[in-house]
Amino acid sequence: MSSGHMITASGLLETLRAGIASKAFSASALLAAANQRLSDAAPLNAMITRSTDQAIAQAAAIDAGTLQLGALSGLPMAHKDVFCTSGVRTSSGSKMLANFTPPYSATIVQRLENAGAISLGKTNMDEFAMGSSTEHSAFGACLNPWGSSANPLVPGGSSGGSAALVAARALPFTTASDTGGSIRQPAAFCGVTGLKPSYGRVSRYGMIAYASSLDQAGVIAESAADCALVLQTMAGFDPLDSTSVDAPVPDYLAALKHGAGKLRIGVPRFAEQAGLQAGVLSAVNAALKTLESQGHTLVDIDLGFADAAVAAYYVIAPCEASSNLSRFDGVRYGYRAENCATLAELYERSRSEGFGPEVQRRILIGSYALSAGYFDAYYLRAQKVRRLIANAYADAFKQVDVIATPTAPSVAFAIGSTLHDPLAQYLADVFTVGVNLAGLPAISVPCGFSSALPVGLQLISPGFSEARLLALAHQYQQQTDFHRAVPPGYSDFPSTAEAMQS
Amino acid sequence: MPISADTVHHIARLSRLRIKPESMPLLQQDLDAVLGLFDQLAAIDVSEIAPLFHPGDPQLRLRMDVVTESDQRTAYQALAADVSADLYLVPKVLEASKGS
Repeated sequence: MSSGHMITASGLLETLRAGIASKAFSASALLAAANQRLSDAAPLNAMITRSTDQAIAQAAAIDAGTLQLGALSGLPMAHKDVFCTSGVRTSSGSKMLANFTPPYSATIVQRLENAGAISLGKTNMDEFAMGSSTEHSAFGACLNPWGSSANPLVPGGSSGGSAALVAARALPFTTASDTGGSIRQPAAFCGVTGLKPSYGRVSRYGMIAYASSLDQAGVIAESAADCALVLQTMAGFDPLDSTSVDAPVPDYLAALKHGAGKLRIGVPRFAEQAGLQAGVLSAVNAALKTLESQGHTLVDIDLGFADAAVAAYYVIAPCEASSNLSRFDGVRYGYRAENCATLAELYERSRSEGFGPEVQRRILIGSYALSAGYFDAYYLRAQKVRRLIANAYADAFKQVDVIATPTAPSVAFAIGSTLHDPLAQYLADVFTVGVNLAGLPAISVPCGFSSALPVGLQLISPGFSEARLLALAHQYQQQTDFHRAVPPGYSDFPSTAEAMQS
Repeated sequence: MPISADTVHHIARLSRLRIKPESMPLLQQDLDAVLGLFDQLAAIDVSEIAPLFHPGDPQLRLRMDVVTESDQRTAYQALAADVSADLYLVPKVLEASKGS
């Protein structure tokens, strides 16, 4: 399970970047290795679309010196299929967009490409990012590399493909998106590091909308150091996103070197949370002890209204979804039902045939909560509760610098085990949705194992303090090696020329 | 009170979705369970609280009144199922609506 190769304290991406810069290996060799590992990982069904030809040409151009070296030059990656990629199919995991090839790229896709990162394709996800198991994909369920054929497990979701590929060490990093935990929970289930930035820190332009006031793009990688390097490129003001925040982007790598300092870490009362597995609780408690041993102070806090977060979230997110997804009508793009006699039939059949059951369920919930007679009782009330929840976090951050919780109440569960109980899946988002409602940054870091499956520790901090989160997570990962654990049957991502050839 | 089939049909119509008769019972059950969750919200006193529609209550940004978009009609219409003479084609609306 443990690894033998040399990775500097600054992480896998820094090691790969240095290897290319010093010509220890070529970008083409690195890309070929990643592409081979993607093929080897095919049984996980973690990719929806592979785009190899353009990637090979980009790597060759970097090796030939015709492409200028950027911060991520030559580093292979894949994008969650929620991000528009010019000329490469973007399905959002839906039959509705199974034949959709966008005419433009998302801002983060463009930024990463400009920095020299090379995309090998698009990762599997719950349809329109609605789900926490990546079973709700029109392209089939994605598997967790920590499972086995005898015991197939979900990778979490909705960014399950992105997390599974990093966990299988097929790619050193992937992009992902998080509306209610969709970066952090799959990162926890797959034993990798996932960062959800503050709302407005990273552009949403070109990210197919689920719930616009909650959606945020982020990154999944092996370590916090790797996440820091990628966030540095992704973050920043974008005039094309009206909710993008025009604030300077700190030097995250400098923040890692500078260290976290001595922080007050708030610990809400999560031990009594219904459904919290004992093994998850003990791994998180052990992680808190490690943080304490590193000089930080643990402070018991009361996060008022936290219990209401799931209810508020499952009103607000479906309401926004029902509005956002009204654009899929079979006319301008996307799936269109055949042989429709009327326009009404065209709309209804295109949507009923193009959307899967979970998406239809959430659209119906949203339409209900927005409909006459229910708007005040559900939608408006949920938005008021949302302010109470945001205020509760703000009050907590007067006492503490960071809040720590489990990322998810359980470890990865069996494929199919919650598929027929949507409410059970919703309730499992209890530790993650509040962060989205309040627009805060949060990171999930591997912090141990329960029943031989990874457990995630979630760290939350005030808006736009990603540097603090990353520095703390990095410090934790200097003392622990849970993030370096590789699932049985998989091996470390190659970081030497010899390893890339084998 | 459990959600009725009539109500589900009403919100399905608002959502432009068709519900198959055989999926109705399970859908009613799922929606009931989720709406039950929402009842938690009713217990919270929000009388003096303003809604929070976006984190940080952002103000809408203004931009200079200049043209920044170029004509992308050809690229965008290439994505449509049925286009003719630069127009998106759909089933006829007027004739079809006579009987309804």
